[in-house]
Amino acid sequence: MDFLADVLAWFTDSANWQGSTGIPSRTLEHVRLSAFATMVAAGLAVPSGVLLGHSGRGGLIAVSVVNIGRAIPSFAVIALALPFSIRAGLGIGFWPTFLALVLLALPPIFTNSFTAVRSVGIDVVEAARGMGMRERQVLLEIELPLAAPLILTGIRVAAVQVVATATLGALVGWGGLGRYIIDGFSVQDNVRVFAGALLVAVLAILTDVLFSVTERILGARGGLRGRRSPARMERPA
Amino acid sequence: MPQRAFLATEPLIRWGWIWDHLEEIRTQTVEHFILTGIAVGIGFAIAMGLSIVALRFRRTYGPVTWVTGVLYTIPSLALFAFLVPYTGLSRLTAEIGLVSYTLLILVRNIVAGIDSVSPAVREAAVGMGYSRARLFLEIELPLALPVIAAGLRIATVTVIGLVTVTSIIGQGGLGLFILDGLRRDFYTPLIVGSVLSVALAVVIDVALAGLERLLSPWSRAGVAR
Repeated sequence: MDFLADVLAWFTDSANWQGSTGIPSRTLEHVRLSAFATMVAAGLAVPSGVLLGHSGRGGLIAVSVVNIGRAIPSFAVIALALPFSIRAGLGIGFWPTFLALVLLALPPIFTNSFTAVRSVGIDVVEAARGMGMRERQVLLEIELPLAAPLILTGIRVAAVQVVATATLGALVGWGGLGRYIIDGFSVQDNVRVFAGALLVAVLAILTDVLFSVTERILGARGGLRGRRSPARMERPA
Repeated sequence: MPQRAFLATEPLIRWGWIWDHLEEIRTQTVEHFILTGIAVGIGFAIAMGLSIVALRFRRTYGPVTWVTGVLYTIPSLALFAFLVPYTGLSRLTAEIGLVSYTLLILVRNIVAGIDSVSPAVREAAVGMGYSRARLFLEIELPLALPVIAAGLRIATVTVIGLVTVTSIIGQGGLGLFILDGLRRDFYTPLIVGSVLSVALAVVIDVALAGLERLLSPWSRAGVAR
């Protein structure tokens, strides 16, 4: 119990709430990079997944992407990004972390977008065509709205994974909440380690909850209700 | 963690280093397997227990998947960090964390596997006088095997990836080389560790997928791929 009292004391210490290493700025750093990486990944993976799903080609690619995405250890990706980032003159810290996070976020978003569009009923698509809709309209006005909830599921899985993996960014010289854990380990300050873990865990769970609520709202508006995402089984970081 | 800047002139791979450290690479690869094996083994035993409870008392399935789901969502480094104050920088800490991550995947697949057994088959067995335990062991489990095997594969590959992180809490495995490379600003071990852990995960994934197919010549596992 003494230990938990120390953790509580750490959280109530005003020194931990100020400056560039304080909880607010570390959290903001963490959230900002995670959001940025997830958005860039979504910008790349949603259009490609949706277009491939619409054309009906690339099923094999989609399956391989899930398998590869699941198998690759995120710590290895973030470490591998480092030498290449330095070689490219981008240095340590932000860029290797960002690159690794985008790479890790691509597979779940791509696969879910692909599957989402593929699982829109053929009869619905045929009906839309029969009503004289152009392919573009079918895609944008029929398939995309119906696929939206499942696409969002993919983005959720990716976002949770990104928030988790961003913690490891502290190992390649980046900031974020992982700093408390990594720095705490190196000076054997278990209180800081535990406090950092608590912050990271809460942030990851909050991300998951926030997306689930959004999904439910979207789903209630007539999307693909009750569908299980194939990417729900993505590995955490 | 790099305090100094990495040298842009440092070659990505120094083959001489690899040649000199072959023995250590072998040892840590074996260690990686051991850490993975223990976690999947214990995780499977616990998941089987939880699944039996969830199958027997349906109401517990929701809470069981909720709790294991929360564990699954907690970032691995954070989960290890939670345990360090209590269990130290030990193998126990690593294994508790790793086992936690296998539970959701395994429970889901075991329950889905048993659920996929046709009621007609179950009734036939009961009609033949099978007891509940024999029904479970001799009918339901074998029929659920492909789905359970799929879960084991996903859990194993997941754990292989997560074992790399346990180097941060002082354990062995291929992550040790990655961490060593990061600490010494030395690309070669970093690349050796990363590339080997990726390769290991992919090879094991493919191998277990093959094994799965062998286990179920009559059907291909449909759930949770």
